[in-house]
Amino acid sequence: MDVKIGVLALQGDVSEHIDAFAAALAACGCEKGSSVVEIRSPGDLDGCAALALPGGESTTISRLIDKNGLYEPIRTFKGGIFATCAGMVLMATHVADPRVHSLGLMDMTVDRNAFGRQKESFEADIPVTGIDGGPFHAIFIRAPVVTAAGTGVRVLAKLDQGVVATERGRYMALAFHPELGGDFRLHERFLKNLGI
Amino acid sequence: MKLEELRFGTELLKRGFASMQKGGVIMDVVNAEQAKIAETAGAVAVMSLERVPSDIRKQGGVARMADPEKVREIIDAVSIPVMGKVRIGHFVEAQVLEVLGVDMIDESEVLTPADEEYHIDKKQFKIPFVCGARNLGEALRRINEGAAMIRTKGEAGTGNVVEAVRHMRAIMGEIRKVQGMDEQERISYARSIEAPAELVIECARRGRLPVVNFSAGGIATPSDAAMMMQLGADGVFVGSGIFKSSNPEKMAKAIVEAVNHFNDAKVIAQVSTGLGDAMPGLDVHTLRADEVLQTRGR
Repeated sequence: MDVKIGVLALQGDVSEHIDAFAAALAACGCEKGSSVVEIRSPGDLDGCAALALPGGESTTISRLIDKNGLYEPIRTFKGGIFATCAGMVLMATHVADPRVHSLGLMDMTVDRNAFGRQKESFEADIPVTGIDGGPFHAIFIRAPVVTAAGTGVRVLAKLDQGVVATERGRYMALAFHPELGGDFRLHERFLKNLGI
Repeated sequence: MKLEELRFGTELLKRGFASMQKGGVIMDVVNAEQAKIAETAGAVAVMSLERVPSDIRKQGGVARMADPEKVREIIDAVSIPVMGKVRIGHFVEAQVLEVLGVDMIDESEVLTPADEEYHIDKKQFKIPFVCGARNLGEALRRINEGAAMIRTKGEAGTGNVVEAVRHMRAIMGEIRKVQGMDEQERISYARSIEAPAELVIECARRGRLPVVNFSAGGIATPSDAAMMMQLGADGVFVGSGIFKSSNPEKMAKAIVEAVNHFNDAKVIAQVSTGLGDAMPGLDVHTLRADEVLQTRGR
């Protein structure tokens, strides 16, 4: 199967997302003819089955989405969206911070930097619904949490501070960074949800 | 739910934090007002310091870590990460910044060194460090000490990009050189540049430094920033270049745009138009040996 996946390449850990999706496509047995490309302008989205919104600074990425005319094209994008950390913030309908112009694609309220500053960033093995093979080693870097998940948003993982993994149809939003840890089970689940 | 074995301050978290800065501009700020301007312009992080490098040059004296009150004020003003500069080797200034909640420490040659023999043992800290380097050997020695991010030293406070270019070309050129070597040659080369052999081998295998590599030291215009990106930088630090220009808000936004579109000369031409004056520059060849900052800490 020829699959094209785009990674929003405005700011953040873009190359890590590209490598992770390449590995996940290989694990699904469809690396042949498939590609993972950088998305910098609306035309780059043509033919993409999915889009990854990487980690980075949500204020910066949000500003650059607007500046590069990508806001509406991403909102109306018909493929799947895989969002991590800053990406999760951008997916939400409600962000308790006027500095971020979120896309509002998933009915949820997100609190930025909910665990604190970098010294409070952590790694932990957390249980995640919907994947086999035991807990997921999750890397939280100045991570957000979902404080309220609304209609149709399925919770995949929750900690004391709030929800850290959600899914709605072709969308998946994670507060942590599966692209950094070498475990691509969530990428594979996301691809499977898209029928890939 | 209760989580067992939360791990803080790991190498992965430190390097991961640095990865999140990629493609971004980190701006020097001395107070909350400047920090807000930087954030609004799209900076990925701000660097808090007592005086910007060009003022340190002019005023002389010992340059130290910023006043904790200023650092707190900056932390409270913005939602993006706040970094802070400490003197080379001054591990207590670093402990103070860590307690204050700074997200990353720059062990910087721009401040007056506190130790002419040793750098900070950065592995003792929970928060990540960025360090300056002029060549591959310096970069790998800093990584070996625990730096999670490297930046070119350039020549800070000059508004002259020539040294940043020299250092970026040196690092990228040396990596290309070791890629063409066999294992024995790499080990011998590692000895000659006083770097650990395993890190030289890792650079050769990956075709890049094992950590994020930014450019710093003399970037004063959108074109300067875009050139450093085209030369292979993962992002840029701008020191005096923003708040010593005639229109900081505009300059800050323009540099962010230029880094975002570093391969698109049309965009760079557009954002460079009507910016007012860039910071006044200095010819690095006129500096006395004791005015050169890049030779501090090797």
